[in-house]
Amino acid sequence: MAGAGIVLLVVTLTFSLISLAPGDPARLWVGPGAGETELAAARRALELDRPLAVRYVSWLVDFARGDWGASLAQQRPVAHVLWDALPHTLVLTGASLLLTYVGGVVLGLLQAITRRSALDTGLTVTSLLVYGMPAYWLAIMLVLVFSYGAARFGWPAWLHFPALGVAGLDADFLSPWGRVVDRLRHLALPLATLGAIGIAGTARFVRGAVLDVRGSGFVRTARAKGLSPQTVETRHVLRNGLLPVITLLGLSLPALVSGTVFVEVVFAWPGMGRVMVAAVGARDYPVVMAVTALFAVLVVLGNLLADLLYAVADPRLRRGLS
Amino acid sequence: MTSVRALLTDSRSVVGLALLAGFALFGVFAPLLSPIDPLAQTDVVTTRFLPPLTVGQDGIRRLLGTDALGRDLFTRLAYGARISLAVGLLAVAVSLAVGGMVGVTAAMIGGLPERALMAVTDAALAMPRIVLLLVLVTLWQQSLLLVVLVLGFTGWMGVARLARAEVRGLLGRPFVEAARASGQGAARLLMRHLLPNAATPLIVAAALGVGNAIMLEAGLSFLGLGIPAPAPSWGNMIANGRDALVNAPWVATLPGLAVAVTVVACNLLGDGLRDALDPQSRLASRATPRRPAAGSSVPPARPDAAAAGTSP
Repeated sequence: MAGAGIVLLVVTLTFSLISLAPGDPARLWVGPGAGETELAAARRALELDRPLAVRYVSWLVDFARGDWGASLAQQRPVAHVLWDALPHTLVLTGASLLLTYVGGVVLGLLQAITRRSALDTGLTVTSLLVYGMPAYWLAIMLVLVFSYGAARFGWPAWLHFPALGVAGLDADFLSPWGRVVDRLRHLALPLATLGAIGIAGTARFVRGAVLDVRGSGFVRTARAKGLSPQTVETRHVLRNGLLPVITLLGLSLPALVSGTVFVEVVFAWPGMGRVMVAAVGARDYPVVMAVTALFAVLVVLGNLLADLLYAVADPRLRRGLS
Repeated sequence: MTSVRALLTDSRSVVGLALLAGFALFGVFAPLLSPIDPLAQTDVVTTRFLPPLTVGQDGIRRLLGTDALGRDLFTRLAYGARISLAVGLLAVAVSLAVGGMVGVTAAMIGGLPERALMAVTDAALAMPRIVLLLVLVTLWQQSLLLVVLVLGFTGWMGVARLARAEVRGLLGRPFVEAARASGQGAARLLMRHLLPNAATPLIVAAALGVGNAIMLEAGLSFLGLGIPAPAPSWGNMIANGRDALVNAPWVATLPGLAVAVTVVACNLLGDGLRDALDPQSRLASRATPRRPAAGSSVPPARPDAAAAGTSP
């Protein structure tokens, strides 16, 4: 319920921002050479001649019904534009979410176990640095090394990754298996960019959370009452230390969205982020509004999922629910 | 005093402060460090894409090389530091002012207005910040001021939540009740008791927020939506370098490194500040030394983390 309210507020906020902004969408639409009659016709077509409140309500009703209007730049329904882009974004974000969690938890645990060793220090410094890198810059650097560098220095083919797009130009002529490999090779660099930054953040978080738990009173009690170190580590430290990682899921979704926007632009990945940037550049308001709302829904759903998972994972909350 | 000493004995904050001070001096003394105009283009054909440390035909040594238009990269990095740091600091100042006002107002008034204010805050948080930034930036004419305002007005939500939580916690404390009972007005209560005691998490959030804002400014400029060219912003320098990645990899590499180091410095300073200002976390960090940002309400700077609403 609260989630629906937030989505409504987000959509309202976007609508009012775009409506209040200076500049006339109708004038942009018809171009500078248009006369007054064409301008008036465009206003009618875009429903700009109706009062703001009426426009808002009708837009809201249409939006809820799945009628997201037509893209001004592409002259086709917004739903089609998004439908083409969504799978690409889901593949990229899904894969990087998986990589981020598995890699981050493994590295974080490794650091917590080998605390204050050379390995831990090295990983801490590395993750700090990677975490500070802008996603688009890391992406460009990976292209520099694994696309241009690999080509120039004649590295083996498996270390040489494509820099642009989701599939090669010759994809249609490849065998089915070859096509899968081609897709995966195109996914490699975007995924590495998002994964590296995500893993750095998650590892920092996991290490801190596990060490926090290890220093707490109930772990000391568990040790004091003579439990084996293994039982203490797995049953007490791990289970409690990894709980906050679930919260991180909700927190990292907006992170992922914003990383995706930049990474999609750099790698010409035809997903939602790239659609958003292109729509913003073309002042294609229907698309901008739809993407904004969709991203908000995604984030709200992510938070909801995190809350539910938390309730499943934490018996204290479960008892509170029933 | 103890917190200042704690801050200066913490290696993280010392390194962070030193790096930030270095960049600040680099920016401030840019005209002294390099006699070249950051916008100057001489003979493009002979001066473009000079690698670092080469001497061009004009006899000027190019410490970090030149870009596609023959502009000196060292000079542009120095002038870019001005823009990055100024944007970061000003944007966070805006965020602190707006967020502080919303959060404190909500906590002190309570009831329905509080719920309404916080609902708007949560809604604004649910939008990935980059999306909000993209929408806002394109609605108005590009300028430095717009970037500052837009970053400021998309970063206040975390501050508002922190401020509200802190002030609400304080309102129940005996010393605040005593101050109220002694007849102090709301304004005096706020200035003398609430704000000084609520400042700690806000200062930490501000340090992390600066790094965040710098990264986002560079990101917007990279997309061509931030600081308008030809002004030297690290972000649009990266974008320019991207086109010449094969021939002149240094053009994109160096400004990106500058952004990364600045953000790391802000994160280090934020971590150090939190431990120095908050005795409880100081004790905790002694128990588990070199603790990273986790376990506190404020994760380190990252545009993305900010969108999640835990730092401005």
